[in-house]
Amino acid sequence: MINKGSKVLLGVKNLRASVDGVEILKGVDLTVRAGEVHAIMGINGSGKSTFSKVLAGHPDYAVTGGTATFAGKDLFALEPEERAKAGLFLAFQYPVEIPGVSNSALLRLAYNTLQTERGLEELDPLEFEDLVQEKLKVVEMDPSFLSRSVNEGFSGGEKKRNEILQMAVLEPKLAILDETDSGLDIDALRIVAHGVNSLLTSDNAVVMVTHYQRLLNYIVPDYVHVMDGGRIVRTGGKELALELEARGYDWLRAAA
Amino acid sequence: MSLNKEQCFEQLLLGKAVKSNGWLEQVRVDALERARTLNFPSVKHDDWRFTDLSPLYLHSFRPVDSYAKLTLRDIEKYLIPGSIRLVFVDGCYAPELSDLTTARAGITVASLANRLGDQQVEANFGRLAPYKQDSFVALNTNFFEDGAWVHIAGEATAPIHLLQVATRREAPSAIYPRCLVMMEASSRATVIEDFVGLNDGIYLSNAVTEMVLKEQAQLRHVRVQRDEMNAFHIGHCSVEAGKESVYSATSLAFGARVSRHSLHVTQQGEGAEMHLDGLALIAGRQIADTHTLIDHAAPRGKCVQLHKCIADGSAHAIFSGKINVHIGAAGTDSTQSSRNLLLSDKAHIDTQPQLEIFNDDVKCKHGATVGQIDADALFFLKSRGLTEARARNLLTHAFAAEIIVRIPVPSLVEALGRTILERMTGERLSGVRT
Repeated sequence: MINKGSKVLLGVKNLRASVDGVEILKGVDLTVRAGEVHAIMGINGSGKSTFSKVLAGHPDYAVTGGTATFAGKDLFALEPEERAKAGLFLAFQYPVEIPGVSNSALLRLAYNTLQTERGLEELDPLEFEDLVQEKLKVVEMDPSFLSRSVNEGFSGGEKKRNEILQMAVLEPKLAILDETDSGLDIDALRIVAHGVNSLLTSDNAVVMVTHYQRLLNYIVPDYVHVMDGGRIVRTGGKELALELEARGYDWLRAAA
Repeated sequence: MSLNKEQCFEQLLLGKAVKSNGWLEQVRVDALERARTLNFPSVKHDDWRFTDLSPLYLHSFRPVDSYAKLTLRDIEKYLIPGSIRLVFVDGCYAPELSDLTTARAGITVASLANRLGDQQVEANFGRLAPYKQDSFVALNTNFFEDGAWVHIAGEATAPIHLLQVATRREAPSAIYPRCLVMMEASSRATVIEDFVGLNDGIYLSNAVTEMVLKEQAQLRHVRVQRDEMNAFHIGHCSVEAGKESVYSATSLAFGARVSRHSLHVTQQGEGAEMHLDGLALIAGRQIADTHTLIDHAAPRGKCVQLHKCIADGSAHAIFSGKINVHIGAAGTDSTQSSRNLLLSDKAHIDTQPQLEIFNDDVKCKHGATVGQIDADALFFLKSRGLTEARARNLLTHAFAAEIIVRIPVPSLVEALGRTILERMTGERLSGVRT
């Protein structure tokens, strides 16, 4: 929902970033206000996944120019964990398996870390159990997933749902969903989308990074940005995504 | 006083002579003779080439001549509720600290020195442990004062806890824990060998264990080496697995300046099954060496082995795992996996799988990995708000936990989980699966 008067959560200006000395982002500008849903689309290699990783602080990527503020802070001055504590969340394109760490232990550890940051009481295992049971419903996950090691032996769809479960528990101000729709069948896509929609409020925002339009049928964006060659080359409303679906990316690339 | 290798060995040979009755006296004499001949292993010896024993040679290890009086409070944190407990202090049986009340008929857990007249003891003592080939085993066989005798007929439901406590003395001491376990046909038991030290003493714990599993016996063997950080631990365990028996072992090495554990399992009977788990978790200047040897000497044996090393600081961990499939051992199915985690640039891990197969119709697999904390996992945890240190500890703990959680004694699993966390930071991580 667009409300020009709501506060800016993320302000990115002329962001440049490289990996192994190769510049991938060549001047990205993006402003995300509370309450908004953004989609960043583009072909493979356009820089959209790099953009999400740079925002979350992935160590493989070096910021070489530009600025980013998040919730009033200089984003690039913060460690990844400090970004999380400030309310930034990245749903991973390829969720990591962590054998030996149970899902519930990770969720509680992460939740209590943020509670402490917010100056609130930590929850003990029983209290947390109540909270997490409610959150499971958001992504229609079976409670048995809690006692399993993080993502170990999960199907592709279960891993993506697990990312959204983490989002539901951590309640970030800004969630970046990196190709959360890839590898999902239509039922899982619907569940994930429904979960994300139910978490949206006028105080938080979502940036979806996606290759395909189909996710946007379920999570309707206020803005659609097209990325190409490391820049945002076009911004429009949700109809832009439909146009891309119909015409492909080539016409935009030619125009850029 | 700082010694050299020869002087150190000479000093060990000056240990206190222990008098025994006829059959054992002869074994002791033979063992001492072998020890003299063998001396300390040479670094050129294939089994010892990775293991730097030089820190051990600096000390003059004295025999223990008087025994410290301990109370239960001194060893409180090591106790396992509900277990049958046999406690040794510096190698000497401490009945006042032991608890045999839950031992039922058919279950004998006793001082070895008190049971030397037992036919089974005489028939099996020194039969498996290679005191003629290994100087440490020879020294133990000559100098041991007492040990544990565990004889199981039927099922021992309570775990059997053999607690070897080393105390601090004015001069470095040599102690010789000994253990003989006899599992009768179709018997079942869990035996925990637990090596601990009090008050940061310097000592050499030279331990020898022999275990015999008769037909269809099932033994769960847990070996915990949590000696003091200035101590030295040299351990040997020989196991004979009879027909269709199941031997499941977990060997843990946490403590000691230098430690070595040799496990030799001989699959003597057809269709025996072995599960061997191992974990070395070391830091600082520690050296931990685990050598395993599995002899498949009968058909249809099955063995699954997983050994892990975690090395921090400038520690050095060694794993050498040998699997021999003998002529006639058809249908053998043996798998070995060595997984290793380096936590610092100065730490060092050597892993050496060795397969010798003299047979067709076998399935043998082995694999080894040495790696650091997974960067993707680390970033993921940090992106969920965990600090670098906490994320690293969580991942290290998880790596170790895979071995620990398979120990079927919950209170021990919990205590060991705490030990691991203390070793890493002193921080108590909430919500870690242990």
